[in-house]
Amino acid sequence: MIRILKYVALDILKTKIVIAYTIMLALLSWSAFSLEDNAAKGLVTVLNIVLLTVPLVSVLFATIYVYNSTEFIELLLSHPVKRSMIWKALFTGLSVSMTVAYIVGIGIPLLIFTDLATALIMIVSGSLLSVIFVAIAFLASILTRDKAKGIGISIMLWLYFALLFDGLVLFLFFQFSDYPIEKPIVILSALSPVDLCRILMLLRLDVSAMMGYTGAIFQHFFGNNWGLLLSFSLLTLWVVVPFYFSLRKFNKRDL
Amino acid sequence: MLLYAGTSRLWASTRYAGKGQPYPTIKAALTACRNGDTVIVTKGIYREGNLIIDKPICFSGAGMPVLDGELKYEILSVKSSDVTIKGFQLQHSGRAVMSDPGAIKVYDAKNVLIEDNVLIDNYFGVYLQYSTHCTVKNNVITASQKEEHESGNGIHCWKGDSLQIIGNRIAGHRDGIYFEFVTHSVIWRNISHHNLRYGLHFMFSNDDAYITNYFKNNGAGVAVMFTKRVTMINNTFEENWGDAAYGVLFKELTDCYLSGNKFLRNTTGIFFDGSNRITIEHNIFRANGWGMRMQANCMDNVIRENNFIGNTFDVTTNGSLTLNHFSENYWDKYQGYDLDKDKTGDVPFHPLSLYAVIVEKNPPAMLLYQSFMVNLLDKSEKIMPSLTPENFVDNTPRMIPYKL
Amino acid sequence: MIEIKHITKRFGKLTALDNLDLKLEKGQCIALIGPNGCGKTTLIKSILGMVLPEKGDIIFNGQNIKNNNEYRKHIGYMPQIGRYPENMTIGQVIDMIKGIRNSNEALDNDLYEQFEIGKMLHKKMRTLSGGTTQKVSAVLTFMFRPQVLILDEPTAGLDPVAAEILKEKIIAAKKAGCLILITSHLLSELEGIVSQVIFIQDGKLMLHKTTMELKRDTGKDTIAQSIVHLLKVQTV
Repeated sequence: MIRILKYVALDILKTKIVIAYTIMLALLSWSAFSLEDNAAKGLVTVLNIVLLTVPLVSVLFATIYVYNSTEFIELLLSHPVKRSMIWKALFTGLSVSMTVAYIVGIGIPLLIFTDLATALIMIVSGSLLSVIFVAIAFLASILTRDKAKGIGISIMLWLYFALLFDGLVLFLFFQFSDYPIEKPIVILSALSPVDLCRILMLLRLDVSAMMGYTGAIFQHFFGNNWGLLLSFSLLTLWVVVPFYFSLRKFNKRDL
Repeated sequence: MLLYAGTSRLWASTRYAGKGQPYPTIKAALTACRNGDTVIVTKGIYREGNLIIDKPICFSGAGMPVLDGELKYEILSVKSSDVTIKGFQLQHSGRAVMSDPGAIKVYDAKNVLIEDNVLIDNYFGVYLQYSTHCTVKNNVITASQKEEHESGNGIHCWKGDSLQIIGNRIAGHRDGIYFEFVTHSVIWRNISHHNLRYGLHFMFSNDDAYITNYFKNNGAGVAVMFTKRVTMINNTFEENWGDAAYGVLFKELTDCYLSGNKFLRNTTGIFFDGSNRITIEHNIFRANGWGMRMQANCMDNVIRENNFIGNTFDVTTNGSLTLNHFSENYWDKYQGYDLDKDKTGDVPFHPLSLYAVIVEKNPPAMLLYQSFMVNLLDKSEKIMPSLTPENFVDNTPRMIPYKL
Repeated sequence: MIEIKHITKRFGKLTALDNLDLKLEKGQCIALIGPNGCGKTTLIKSILGMVLPEKGDIIFNGQNIKNNNEYRKHIGYMPQIGRYPENMTIGQVIDMIKGIRNSNEALDNDLYEQFEIGKMLHKKMRTLSGGTTQKVSAVLTFMFRPQVLILDEPTAGLDPVAAEILKEKIIAAKKAGCLILITSHLLSELEGIVSQVIFIQDGKLMLHKTTMELKRDTGKDTIAQSIVHLLKVQTV
């Protein structure tokens, strides 16, 4: 596994796309921090970049990479290698690469411009977000053999999590504004990893007090260490579940 | 009358109370003293229950003597005009809720000066009722109750006129300073922080001014209500965070003037409810959740030449009709340009964002703060305003912040 | 050595392998032939465990290959078109496969030297021509001295010199007692190498004979002619 992983990771890191991605993240975050007059504003800009681009690039790149590795997988399979091992190595390789790109691109300026706790939470949640969308990409690409279709599914999933889900939540707010919907909304927000990450960051930015009753519940829910642990566990679940299903399918698949 | 005053001054003497002094107890000294005397209490701890001052005397402590109310008594009751109380540490006043016992309570008096005292853990600190021309100056007043109903106010003024509250430091009470039916008074250079409810609580008190005070981290900030003609200058309102906390709450307030105040890191800088004809100029609103929240029942307020910097929302309202006037403010969210270089932006600024309106109607929507969806909505609304009120606008936004 | 017991594989409506039954022994060199889409590749992939049949078992050296990967140690597989991670160099690919195989036995470097791979180790896989890629595949196939060789169109894309070198290598392996399974559309190429012929059509085994038997039964001189003869007879 380690050896396959090493080569997969090297292969991905050498891809110009990952380098370009790293540079893009670095440029965006450095400029956000140096152009905005205060660090909090810069942080919000960076947060927006993270929530939008990281999932998109992760899901797209991983999907395309998995499709392009079909023959490579086939080559490895003719050797005494466990199937699941190959899939895991690919997944780990992609996750590590996307995470490294993220940490280099965004983590470093974060550590320089913001306080340690905020930077760490943002680094951890952003890294998890990268891995989550790699896992989603694996699920998408195992669902169909057609590369175009697979990429389509990936983009749809990204669109759903980054945009449509929020629209849906907003719609629910209006539909049920007369009811005490705060608690269901808390649960609902766990259904989108992007929102979960955003809320974790917002709690760091202290706007929670403005959310009124919802904010109180959220602060109560996610604000303490247990909440933090819970949210990170939920995010980890978002990695494990899609990947587990893709692995099961991969093990039964004809190549 | 003149003769009487003359003789009393002539005969005025200084009486010492305390251990080893002519008067071993304070009570004895207070009973013995005559109008115009000075009673000096020497260092020590005194547990003499309720002390009543009913003559115009100067009651003074030497070396901060401690008057202890043992959680049972009102410590000092002032029932005469022309009294000075100076240099005591007053602690543990009674806790009875009905009679509102205070460390120092002034009943229906004039020209009382309460100065340089330390008040620790009292129910009410200084309580002035039906009093005029009194001064409360340079006292340090602290309490440490956890619940609002277990605690009285730091400086409580009920029905008064021409009072001066100057240079006090108040923490841990229910309300730091409380004014009800007090007129023509001034609150100057006080620091009121970490009080359970309001730093300053102001009701039915017309024609007052509060100047250069510092209100920080109070449970609900500062409330100014049902009042006319208040002047508020150079105060700082800081870090009043919480669901129902405001830098200042204005309720039913009219004809007031605010200038040079700073609103920093509050959930809401100013909350307007039913308040009219208030002029707000040269203030700083920085890093608040909302700079201002203006209910639709407010009109003819003038907001000009202020700095709005780093607030989540600068301004919001719950109605569609606005009759308030914004002009010449600096908004850090303004993205316009200034081609003619007159330091005023060439396109108007709409300080009310669509998302602010949504959140106002639907507070849980705050959950979507900074989500892509919401940013998109805001951007499109900025370009083509359709849902936010058209007349909620600053036609002359400043390009650079004022130096305030 | 390899026993294929009644395996059936369907892809949707298409039956790629239909109750196929085969027995392959050590030292045999078998030509696997049949029209396009007859199930040759599916059969090879089933043996390699890439395709999982619905019914039937494949026994390799007495062991069922289901949920097993160790048996592949003994197989050298040369795919029709080998594709590799684009950014890896030849050297890295060879290193990686060595690492995966983790074999203690002495490596067979004959082809490595004859194809002069050593000179190209730093070249990226992306930049290689189809022929060179095939050479790399061939090197990897023979490197670990496998007992079973599965060669899918081995000479396609190779230049005549390289093709000849590969052919020699296959013959040597046969002499060394390997089981060799070859598919090729150039039947003439197989002449002189193969000892048996398996003919598959529509997923069914049509014929499994030694070359001697085949030629005798059809009365033809070459495998190619025999097969063409068979096909003609069938269609008539």
